Amino acid sequence: MKRYFFPALKLTIVLVLLTAGIYPLFVAGIAKLAPGKGDGVKVERNGVVVGYANVGQQFTGDNYFQTRPSAVGYNAAGSGGSNKGPSNPDYLKIVEERIDTFLAHNPGVKRSEIPAELVTASGSGLDPHLSPEGALVQVPRIAKVRNIPEQKLRDLVKANTKGPLAGMFGPATVNVLQLNLALDEIH
Amino acid sequence: MNTELLGIIATYAITLLIAIPLGRYIAKVFGGQRTLLDFMAPLERWIFRFCGIDPKEEMNWKQHLKALLTINMLWFVYAFFLLIFQDKLPLNPDLNAGQTPDLAFNTAISFLVNCNLQHYSGESGLTYFTQLFVITFLQFVSAATGIAALIALFKALRQKTTTQLGNFWEHLLKTTTRLLLPICLVIAGILAFRGTPASYAGKDTIVTVQGDTVQVSRGPAAGMIAIKHLGTNGGGYFGANSIHPLENPDYLTNMTEAISQVIIPIALVFALGFFIQRKKFAYVIFGVMTAGMLALMIPSIISEAGGNPAIAKMGIAQATGAMEGKEVRIGPTATAYWSTVTTIISTGSVNGFHDSTMPTTGMMELIAMMTNCFYGGCGVGILNYFIFIIIAVFISGLMVGRTPEFMGHKVEAREVKIAALVALLHPFLILAGTALSSYAIAHGWGAGWATQPGAWLNNPGHHGFSEMLYEYTSAAANNGSGFEGLTDNNMFWNVSTGFVLVLSRFLPIIGPVAIAGLLASKKHVPESAGTLRTDTTTFGIMTFAVIVIIAALAFFPALALGPIAEYFSLY
Repeated sequence: MKRYFFPALKLTIVLVLLTAGIYPLFVAGIAKLAPGKGDGVKVERNGVVVGYANVGQQFTGDNYFQTRPSAVGYNAAGSGGSNKGPSNPDYLKIVEERIDTFLAHNPGVKRSEIPAELVTASGSGLDPHLSPEGALVQVPRIAKVRNIPEQKLRDLVKANTKGPLAGMFGPATVNVLQLNLALDEIH
Repeated sequence: MNTELLGIIATYAITLLIAIPLGRYIAKVFGGQRTLLDFMAPLERWIFRFCGIDPKEEMNWKQHLKALLTINMLWFVYAFFLLIFQDKLPLNPDLNAGQTPDLAFNTAISFLVNCNLQHYSGESGLTYFTQLFVITFLQFVSAATGIAALIALFKALRQKTTTQLGNFWEHLLKTTTRLLLPICLVIAGILAFRGTPASYAGKDTIVTVQGDTVQVSRGPAAGMIAIKHLGTNGGGYFGANSIHPLENPDYLTNMTEAISQVIIPIALVFALGFFIQRKKFAYVIFGVMTAGMLALMIPSIISEAGGNPAIAKMGIAQATGAMEGKEVRIGPTATAYWSTVTTIISTGSVNGFHDSTMPTTGMMELIAMMTNCFYGGCGVGILNYFIFIIIAVFISGLMVGRTPEFMGHKVEAREVKIAALVALLHPFLILAGTALSSYAIAHGWGAGWATQPGAWLNNPGHHGFSEMLYEYTSAAANNGSGFEGLTDNNMFWNVSTGFVLVLSRFLPIIGPVAIAGLLASKKHVPESAGTLRTDTTTFGIMTFAVIVIIAALAFFPALALGPIAEYFSLY
């Protein structure tokens, strides 16, 4: 084994330096040129940081577009999903309760109109997005609370909808933080 | 056509467009031909001189394995102690604690063996120092180890009769410098430009729009995420892995990560064809592997896009499919695609939580890891497939009444015994482990344990059983994904999966390399009309049948108790 030990030891030292020392520094250097400079892309309002563009945050009030249920309460100190199996009776009870809560806050909405993402927890617990339908279904409630015409809000959702990648690949999304900041701009 | 479906078709098409030329490139690098990256040669020469290695010194199969095991043992000791003492080391801005010895044992082994089962969450369980000097480092070198062993097998298959299978150190270093590092820089660059953190800044504290004070974990993530995929490792930087919006910010990064995890496994199949100059042999293997992938992927996509029937009963339309544990920007179709890819190739990273997938998808994920050779992990995928080839050659030989031969060498009792042992080890470890943990729960073990078996499971009934079956399957396949509801950071799971991980990593490397070495040292028998050809569709189907029969016989009873029973309770 001695024949292999010292080459192994020295090669380990070189590989550690290469992959754990130099490589991440190099990547950090590239990232300095990117938006957010590698520290994460922040969103500011009137010069104050109010969030990270890619990290979802909780909106519980009826006057905002609400984000999805989260298993970690939108605190990005950690992350995670519920890990509930599809047949778990306790889990299904929770979903039923979420539906009831949603219906109570959004009178006039039919069950079949509630998009699945609004009653299921996201995987990361930090999902920053809704589908366009997930935002649109909340429009009547917000219109009433804020006293803004529904059409204006629907246009706002449309303006904040990002289509599929290159117009072809993947789902369309609405960034809820961005949407709510735009919502606050309307008077 | 539906944009989610178009997205995954494009993802696979781009994968192939990259993998085929990459395969040619790998064959050139290890065939000693000229390539684009030859400017690395002076650096490599300097490294070899520093390490006292003569890269031209040829090794036989035993020497290869000795070198491989020696350096791996060294890495284990190195990683274990860094994890325990990480709180006393630099680069710990979030002041995270050291790992407990049983967790460090599990983590060190898990990353050493290219598995990346994680019984901790990255945000709190590691420091930036260990994220880089343990995790990132091991993700590079464990992938390189698998590929280095596979190159020895390539060299054994190329020659008529030889004992000289190249130099392990050279294979290891060149895999890192010529293959992994350059491609990782490209991937990491893409991620960083789409918003993945890549600096050394610690956690940030912010006040949100509605006034909550929350923290945001950050750190040198982009580089780690690049190698976690390229090296089919899979361990997440953050707890939620590639579901986390900083680890996988948008659909473009999702495609990038889905592509980068499978290009090397596919490229190696083509590299085999180019290297031993039997392209047809490689195409047949590729065909079988792709058929296997599709057979697992299509049912997964259908069941995820179809939504949860129990939620449908509540009157929710689920137009976008089953959304529990999934992200809006990725969508159920791309999550189902990924769930198959990540389980066939032993990556184990996730872009949606597997614990919350439908029973059909859960079963496909399990079968993918139970077969563990459709493309498979970096290097080890083909090594696993090679075992099934040997068994298929043997059975076909018996069926037609001839001495089994492979590539002009007689396959004899010794080789078949090794192949059979390796093939049986996998189901044995999975089923014995699951039986043990089930027994512990059923018979109320561990009255004095910190975490009692009764508290292990996050879901009742069949799904709870699946959580345990999944954990051992993932460990034995060196995959690393999990039904994460399982409470696994405790002595029982840390230690038992740790042993499963080691056994199921090194024996399936030792076995195929030994078989290849033994075969290559035998007299070469020229092909004749009576030779069983291994580069035909018929032989491909034969290999596929062997894989299916071994998996079906061994695993059907366990699957029936888990996902199959859950399926019938739900639909």
